Amino acid sequence: MKAALSIMIFDENRIRASIIEEGLREAGHDQVVVLHDIVGLARQIEIIGPDVIVIDIETPNRDMLEHLFQLTRSVRKPIAMFVDRSDSSSIEAAVEAGVSAYVVDGLKKERVKPILDMAVSRFKAFSRLQQELADARSALEERKIIDRAKGILMKSRNLSEDEAYALLRQTAMNEKKRLADIAQSVVMAAAILGS
Amino acid sequence: MSFIPTGIDQGSAGWQSGGLTGPATGRSQGTRLVRAGFIPLVDASVLIAAAEFGFAAREGIQLDLVKDVSWANIRDRLAFRQFDVAHMLAPMPVASALGLGSNPSPSIAPFSLGRGGNAITLSLRLYRRMQEMAGLAGQEDALTNAKALKLVIDDMRKKGEALPVLGMTYPFSSHNYELRYWLAAGGIHPDTDVKLVVVPPPMTSDALSAGAIDGFCVGAPWNMVAVSRELGRIVAVKQDIWPSSPEKVLGTRPEWAEQNPETLSRLIVALDRAASWCDIPDNRRDLAQLLAEPRYLDVPFDILHPVLMGRFTIDPVGTRRIVPDYLTFHRGGANFPWISQAQWIFSQMVRWGQVAYSPESQGQVSSAFRPDIYRNALGSRADIPAGDTRIEGNAKGDGFMDSTVFYPEDISGYIAGSAIRSAAPKTTGLVDL
Repeated sequence: MKAALSIMIFDENRIRASIIEEGLREAGHDQVVVLHDIVGLARQIEIIGPDVIVIDIETPNRDMLEHLFQLTRSVRKPIAMFVDRSDSSSIEAAVEAGVSAYVVDGLKKERVKPILDMAVSRFKAFSRLQQELADARSALEERKIIDRAKGILMKSRNLSEDEAYALLRQTAMNEKKRLADIAQSVVMAAAILGS
Repeated sequence: MSFIPTGIDQGSAGWQSGGLTGPATGRSQGTRLVRAGFIPLVDASVLIAAAEFGFAAREGIQLDLVKDVSWANIRDRLAFRQFDVAHMLAPMPVASALGLGSNPSPSIAPFSLGRGGNAITLSLRLYRRMQEMAGLAGQEDALTNAKALKLVIDDMRKKGEALPVLGMTYPFSSHNYELRYWLAAGGIHPDTDVKLVVVPPPMTSDALSAGAIDGFCVGAPWNMVAVSRELGRIVAVKQDIWPSSPEKVLGTRPEWAEQNPETLSRLIVALDRAASWCDIPDNRRDLAQLLAEPRYLDVPFDILHPVLMGRFTIDPVGTRRIVPDYLTFHRGGANFPWISQAQWIFSQMVRWGQVAYSPESQGQVSSAFRPDIYRNALGSRADIPAGDTRIEGNAKGDGFMDSTVFYPEDISGYIAGSAIRSAAPKTTGLVDL
């Protein structure tokens, strides 16, 4: 039986870190430590001596870690995640997804790859969720703008709600623009003209 | 794929490597997309100006700039083809040639992005103590300042105080070597008399303010930002240590350079023109305005313009300093990738125990800088040197602060002549998997 791998996750985004942690635990890894703050990171790495460090590629603190590894005189020197250079497509996928990792020298590829794959897929799922959330927010914003435009038209043109909506829609079709864009112009025009 | 297919390079007929003798201007056959990573620093100016003021477009290149947050990312994204070229620290291709660092993927430097820009800043508290102990009036030179810091460190030792913590940017950086050079010139051992840590440049002022560090060596404009926030005191600039000291380079993968020789040639021509434009003082207002934008440095124009003009306040009490060539983008062969400078970087890696000296390693280093590609792109010109190596530090006005001279053929002797240096490492670098 091989010794269990000790894995450290460094991510300032707590939600994403816990999503990855959960994935790793589900996959049977029980030695997972999550860190969010650069303060004390060096000491933690020294104490825990992780086999694998998964780190968000968008943190400027990677350079600090590299310095730390440069200074380390220990045999278990971590190297950047590129366990197997021949497998460059999976490395590219990781970089693209925003995952970076350090792996202690000498660790077998088969043992590390599932961990990286897991981190990559969870990072991707997280960005997808964020995108969906952003889309939902902007859809809600658009609804609000359209409602305001309707209100302005109802008041200034003395229209019913349905008529105001129909006017907006017709204008959007004529101008080949999105309904929300037309509504935005109505709101802006009203603000400028003070109606 | 990153490329807009246009029928040039990458196996297309009609252009042979090494056949280009003059500038590529006017030979455009189509637009090529080149993705370039950069770190928000003033010395990314040449790349930014090339992309924004039409120099790249004129050579048929669509230069897509991607802002990044760490040198490790720059290295990895270049290695794994997210970037074609990148704004890199000059020591990075040297480190990769030696197999040093976490991902020593091969990279080469065919163009240098200019000279200058770095400075060493200490916390006001530390500098005031130096003033008190050494009787500094405020206009002293870099060496005097280093010696004053040595006095303070001796005093700290005697009183059992914690030794100063100094920040720099990356283990393989001009900042690391310049900070160490300055400390050692003042009699301070960078390994035992201070603690060196890495701090990302945009965080230096906050780290100083929080007391996490007592000083740092980084590029423009971050030293000036610390002074303007009344946190720090500039005690040395790069010119004080060695004016010709290599700084940032254009880095690329050797295989990209081989597969895209004409694109690289055109890019070098575009960067050469952009660098020349950046050097004209009247253009620096426009340059500062562009750099100030959030997508680039996101630093106020009022800080960037004086930095570009080499006029800045070094002490919050108002002490001013003018450094005429604080940032040189083109003049005096500033873009030429001297092999002797790659070797000087190597000598510093040896001096500070990052790698052991061997004639083989010195040979490997010589392939990191590629003046041949530079010459190929620009042809012969009066300002392009005839040789690829030279004796460094013996030209008038270009000396090292400790008056040593660097002979590339005698690196062992050069290192042996340094009283302060680190022990040689046991191996010649990391073993890759």
